[in-house]
Amino acid sequence: MKKILLVDDEPNIVMSLEYIFKKEDFEVFIARDGVEAIEIVENNKIDIIILDIMMPNVDGYQVLKYLKANPVFSKIKVIFLSAKNKASDIELGLQLGADKYVSKPFSTKKLVNEVKSMLNKKEKK
Amino acid sequence: MSSFLVISIIIIYLSVIFYVAYWAEKNSKSRWVNNPYVYTLSLAVYCTAWTYYGSVGLAATSGLKFLTIYLGPIIIIPVWILLMRKIIRISKANKISSLADFISLRYGNDRFLGALVTIICVLAIVPYIALQLKAISETFNVITNHRITPVSIIDDATFYIAILLAIFAAFFGTQHTDATERHKGIIAAIALESIIKLVFFLVIGVYVTFYLFDGPTDIYSKASLLPNFETQQTINGLQGGFNWFLLSLLSMIAIMLLPRQFQVTVIENEREKYLKKVIWLFPLYLLLFNVFVIFIAWAGNIVFQNKSVDADLFTLMLPLYNHHEFLAILVFLGGFSAAISMVVISSLALSTMLSNNLIIPYGFLRRFSKAESKENIESIKNIRRIAIFSLIIIAYFFYKSFTLNRSLVSIGLISFVLIAQLAPAFFGGLFWRRGSSRGAKYGIIAGFIVSFYTLLVPFTIDSQLITTSFVNEGMFGIHILKPYELFGLHIFEPVTQAFFWSLFVNIGIYSFVSVTKLGSYRERNFAEMFVDSSKYAALHEGAYVWKGEAYVRDIRKVLTRFLGENRTERALNLFNMKYGIDKNILYADARLVNFSEKLLTGSIGSASSRILISSVVKEEEISLLEVLNILDETQKAKESNKQLQERDRQKNDFLDTVAHELKTPITSIRALSEILLDDDQIDNSTKKQFLTSIVSESERISRLINNILDLEKLATGKEKLDLQKNSIKTSTQKSIDSVYQIAVSKGIQINTKGLIDAELYYDDDRIQQVLINLLSNAIKFSPKETGVVSIFSYINSNKVEISVEDNGKGIDPNDLITIFNKFYQSKNQTILKPVGSGLGLAISKQIIESHNGKIWAENIKPQGARVTFRLPYNTI
Repeated sequence: MKKILLVDDEPNIVMSLEYIFKKEDFEVFIARDGVEAIEIVENNKIDIIILDIMMPNVDGYQVLKYLKANPVFSKIKVIFLSAKNKASDIELGLQLGADKYVSKPFSTKKLVNEVKSMLNKKEKK
Repeated sequence: MSSFLVISIIIIYLSVIFYVAYWAEKNSKSRWVNNPYVYTLSLAVYCTAWTYYGSVGLAATSGLKFLTIYLGPIIIIPVWILLMRKIIRISKANKISSLADFISLRYGNDRFLGALVTIICVLAIVPYIALQLKAISETFNVITNHRITPVSIIDDATFYIAILLAIFAAFFGTQHTDATERHKGIIAAIALESIIKLVFFLVIGVYVTFYLFDGPTDIYSKASLLPNFETQQTINGLQGGFNWFLLSLLSMIAIMLLPRQFQVTVIENEREKYLKKVIWLFPLYLLLFNVFVIFIAWAGNIVFQNKSVDADLFTLMLPLYNHHEFLAILVFLGGFSAAISMVVISSLALSTMLSNNLIIPYGFLRRFSKAESKENIESIKNIRRIAIFSLIIIAYFFYKSFTLNRSLVSIGLISFVLIAQLAPAFFGGLFWRRGSSRGAKYGIIAGFIVSFYTLLVPFTIDSQLITTSFVNEGMFGIHILKPYELFGLHIFEPVTQAFFWSLFVNIGIYSFVSVTKLGSYRERNFAEMFVDSSKYAALHEGAYVWKGEAYVRDIRKVLTRFLGENRTERALNLFNMKYGIDKNILYADARLVNFSEKLLTGSIGSASSRILISSVVKEEEISLLEVLNILDETQKAKESNKQLQERDRQKNDFLDTVAHELKTPITSIRALSEILLDDDQIDNSTKKQFLTSIVSESERISRLINNILDLEKLATGKEKLDLQKNSIKTSTQKSIDSVYQIAVSKGIQINTKGLIDAELYYDDDRIQQVLINLLSNAIKFSPKETGVVSIFSYINSNKVEISVEDNGKGIDPNDLITIFNKFYQSKNQTILKPVGSGLGLAISKQIIESHNGKIWAENIKPQGARVTFRLPYNTI
């Protein structure tokens, strides 16, 4: 069972994501901000993270930087999920090493497919 | 005393002076050379041999009148802190090297005016220098017991002394080509001489008063027995008062405009702040110098009663008569110091004027513009050296060939009257925009003619003992043209009369011509700059503005001729660096033109540098006022542009945030709806949960939209406040009602004990909105079950303050102000996303401010936050 971490401070968004990934047989972890996210990553072998950017305390960029700086976590797939959708925001996100940048509002189906294909690729390798 | 001994003493003394000058020039950075005391002492070059011997002479023959020469300066010097500062600033900013330069620059770099001022100065000062040489010569003869002045130059020690002084002035005066460079050596020597002359004079004063006599009372009681004593020691009624007044005014002008004074005060000024010392120290110096004058004069009158002794020589004769030759030598050296410092500084100042304002602009410009820089620098220095020598030599022959049998004072005063002709142009130029070059020229010439007629001619006639009816009968026998009583004005003494009439005519013509005929654009620009110097100070090179065309390489060529390759390169590099200009730029701008002009001004004078620079520049007319306006407008445009940009940026930020805030609930709605749409097996309770969330997120969107619209309406003033007389207590109660349920559900108490009622005008709905916002924030941040929210009011005669407190964690001190910004949400919020839009406090602030009130937040002890708003009784 793949482990997915959902990081967002919007409870309703988390609720919807939790529902769809549970249905796809993921083990779902939930964090409401960056601090919680890092805690969960450190204690669980997470495969993929769906990461919001604008969050209190530690934001999404900082979480990603933390992950990329640590060889143990740097392989974890990261999808940014953010309402910030200016070209410059997207570029910054990808530059920092995110595998994908999805703008809010998003299509649930597309997001699920994206996550699945990303994990398949990883397995093939 | 033998001549040999005296000459040896003179040579030793001069060696010391030369050495001091040499040392100061070498150690020009030393604190011994650069300090306000040296500066103040150098101003004492005002006290010449005239002060040393002439004051006593005047006091002995005419009583207290000698004081006017010192009263004038003492009265005016405290004003220097403003007046002289302005003059010094202008001079430094424009690299002005002399009085002639100052006046000619003020009137638009007028070459003729500069030359005219120079000529007046030379005419006034050469006889004055001659006077100093006369004093040296006479005292030398007295002390060496020569009865007759030697006829041949070869035998005359004064001649050799004059040559030595010329060498001294020429050597230390032309160390730099740039005449605005300070002559540290000369100034240090002058300062030393000022100490010497004062100390020696005080010594002789004490000697006369306390050794020869038994103190002031003794001298007084003996002197009061002399004939004429009574009348001499009074001002002599109203008539005398007029004379006193005008003489004081005359010396006031002299202390500023005598070329040597302008040189030491303005050109040699190292720091503006030295003036702070000068304004009390220099008057003190003058007072000290004058303490014993009257006693020495009385003593002389008593001792030499019925003996024919020249009163000018009392200071020297008193010790000699009593066989105190050592003291006589001291007196001689003091007077000698006073004389030579005047000769040196005057010849230096005049030589700068002669070279920069007369010889170079009229004779050498063409040659200079073709020659190499080395030659030019040498030529400039040589012109000045020759000028110094010529001036001193001419003065020497002047003294030799005219029997100057008039007192020291009268010749000095003639000098003063001539110099005073420059006063209207000078001071008018400083304070009166309209004063024009033409007016200045005509005024000076007319004033000179009047003083020539009323003073120089009759004085020369008198002193040469020629018998003519001119003085007593008037020109052509017309009585109202009597030079000493022009137009029948007979209340004045000759000098004051000449001063009065010449300045009267001078000022009249200067003002009349200036008013009737406008000066050229160029002189109007300089007028602006001089009169409003503080306003233009910040513009620097941009101050004199110029519209036209010039190539940098042409300007560079001109500069190189006078400064040499290296200095030009260095100066231009500095200039480019200062303004961030590319060094390969082809065309020169106004700043470079001005900069180059100033650079040359120091070496060759403002008029010449103007001519040289304009020879490579095509110029168009533009007035400085015009330029100021343009500058003003660009500045304003820049500022408003900045404001616009800032507003734009804020608007963009706001839109970004709004978009973000709107997208967030839409995201939830879309995701949840998609699940509901696609997933048929979803259980009922989940379905219900999802639908509830969708509803609440939709509410969130509409709330957000309403808030934004609210804010917009309040900010733009589109919505008028509905101001009615309302009760604070009622509004608060209604607000509490609407948050009561939430508070109860969280177990939070609301305390209204501190609420005192007041009635005032406000928009009830809006203030309730604020109160609800503050209350729900307080509830949100209070701990569950133990939370207490309190409302207080504080009322005084003109305002009401209402505070809402909680006992939560408080606000991060860094955020106390930013919480009122739009979309601010505390970083420390650890609870789930707050229900608020992030606009609540921003809206509250807007509401309170449109009531002319104020809102602020603070932390309270032991814990919690307090937000207070204040409403004035007079809302509008």
